[in-house]
Amino acid sequence: MDTPPAAETLPPELPPDDERIEQTEEFRGLRRAFRGFAFPVTAGFVLWYLLYALLSVYAPSFMATKLFGHINLALVLGLLQFASTFAIAAWYARYADRRLDPAAAAIRAQYGSTNLVAPREAGE
Amino acid sequence: MTNTLQLASSAADHRSLTLALFGVFVVATLGITLWAGRQTKDAADFYAGGRGFSGFQNGLALSGDYMSAASFLGIAGVIALAGYDGFLYSIGFLVAWLVALLLVAEPLRNSGRYTMADVLAFRMRQRPVRTAAGISTIVVSIFYLLAQMVGAGSLVALLLGVSGDSAKRWTVVAVGALMVVYVVVGGMKGTTWVQIIKAGLLIIGAGVMTVLVLAKYHFNLSSLLGAAAEASGKGSHFLEPGLKYGLTGTTKLDFISLALALLLGTAGLPHILVRFYTVPTAKAARKSVFWAIGIIGVFYLMTLALGFGAAALVGPKTIKASNVAGNTAAPLLAEHLGGGAGTSGGAALLAIISAVAFATILAVVAGLTLASSSSFAHDLYANVIRRGRATEREEVGAAKLAAVAIGAVAIVLSIFADKLNTAALVALAFAVAASANLPTILYSLFWKRFNTTGAVSSVYAGLITSVTLVFFSPVGSGAKDSLFPHSDFHWFPLSNPGLISIPVGFLAGVIGTLLSREQADPQKYAELEVRSLTGLGAH
Repeated sequence: MDTPPAAETLPPELPPDDERIEQTEEFRGLRRAFRGFAFPVTAGFVLWYLLYALLSVYAPSFMATKLFGHINLALVLGLLQFASTFAIAAWYARYADRRLDPAAAAIRAQYGSTNLVAPREAGE
Repeated sequence: MTNTLQLASSAADHRSLTLALFGVFVVATLGITLWAGRQTKDAADFYAGGRGFSGFQNGLALSGDYMSAASFLGIAGVIALAGYDGFLYSIGFLVAWLVALLLVAEPLRNSGRYTMADVLAFRMRQRPVRTAAGISTIVVSIFYLLAQMVGAGSLVALLLGVSGDSAKRWTVVAVGALMVVYVVVGGMKGTTWVQIIKAGLLIIGAGVMTVLVLAKYHFNLSSLLGAAAEASGKGSHFLEPGLKYGLTGTTKLDFISLALALLLGTAGLPHILVRFYTVPTAKAARKSVFWAIGIIGVFYLMTLALGFGAAALVGPKTIKASNVAGNTAAPLLAEHLGGGAGTSGGAALLAIISAVAFATILAVVAGLTLASSSSFAHDLYANVIRRGRATEREEVGAAKLAAVAIGAVAIVLSIFADKLNTAALVALAFAVAASANLPTILYSLFWKRFNTTGAVSSVYAGLITSVTLVFFSPVGSGAKDSLFPHSDFHWFPLSNPGLISIPVGFLAGVIGTLLSREQADPQKYAELEVRSLTGLGAH
């Protein structure tokens, strides 16, 4: 199973398809575009959530600051967690539509017809 | 005298109405299951619903899988009794979906086939990694399943007003039998439609109640909060963090531990992960998480209104008298909104919300049974025991047998463990998912050097640490609602192990990788990266 029959039809001096694609500028650009968004944004919302959780348990009197009526800072920050979650989801959907999907589609169109290794499933 | 008679007759009214409504739900979903069963021909149909669902449909189904009775009744109840701290709890459940959206859903959809282990084992030695991933999938799912079924037993007793152990037992048996039928007959296609219907019912039910609550306060959030604070007897403290988690240094740490487990556990829950295979492309997987975030977010915002509404309108005394943990706050609120106890409107709304709660439990347990039996058949049976030589038909047959076996085990365990604290079980499932599954998923996808030893160490270290710590925590012994309430051998102070076990899971992956002489295969990693980012060669 590890040596797929399809790959054997390639000229031997060429590396297998996946490795060849991995070395193209198009693929590296796609990976940069994905990681450049996903990693920093993840770090951002994790820190923002932890800040909120830590403030809630260790600074309750600060969180109890009244803003107007019965609305206090804790409630506003909690609702902002909802707002930021919705906003990040929408932001990523837009970014992926514009930057990731076209790049992935271009790579699929260019290399999709060549032989691809079947996913390894069975025993070793 | 007339008053008591009236009460008794209205209780009977709502009971028969609840049972009738629930009967309609069961008949309708069984019909769909039979229809789905006839369409289920091969393994891709059974495990992944033929990969034919749209992003929106799967978004609803993901929400259905996630919004358990624990979150509907539990969070509304905690808000009604502990105010702001209940809200704090629901936020972690929501933010966690961003981890799934940004890092996990699309790569998993592109590079896997039926189970979480497909991705973990992609570039590793198959048998050890699939064994580890299969065990952790089944452990997480069984803890979650137990929580739901034990909860179902007590819920029925509460909502139908029947007392005694035999009613509880029959409920657990009936729920268990139904979930096995959904899974064995309908596979993923049937289970997904059950989730979609249930999610729709839950959103509509919660939505109607939210509008009714807000209407009583002229849609002014501040006056709802003011009324809740006043009725709670705790004044403005009710609207501030601290009533539940801020008591001592230990409860504070316990909350941070829980927050971490919630944040990192969601994207490691097997019954959520297998849902990403039910859509045709990575883009559809992304859309389904996008919809799930919207639906779940709106739902948790509604539980905020319901919880504070229950505190203001029903009052903590009545809620506590019905159930100490507050689990009946939402049904009691429904009765109040319909016109109060003893009115037909009150009985009707109470019956509707109770039936929705049953539907919720049934759908979630079906999802859990499917995920664990899929992993047993596809990972342990087909790839470990039969070493990849099982036919598709044998594999699906094994999955159906496993569903029956897991259903039986869950029924027996739930009957014997009916005093267990369900919230602690759910938190434990999230902690195991965050400590054993998520580190391995992230390293597999994004760390080139990661190897088989690293994957296996990470899964087992996370799994063993979290389960051991819980066993030696107040959840295990030394408290009234412990597993062993009459002895005390606890030495770990926190009831959630995440604060320790999540770092252990992440560290074990690094240490295992670096200590092993095994070299990661750069070609396999290139293959995984290309597949996961472009969708080339995806199933």
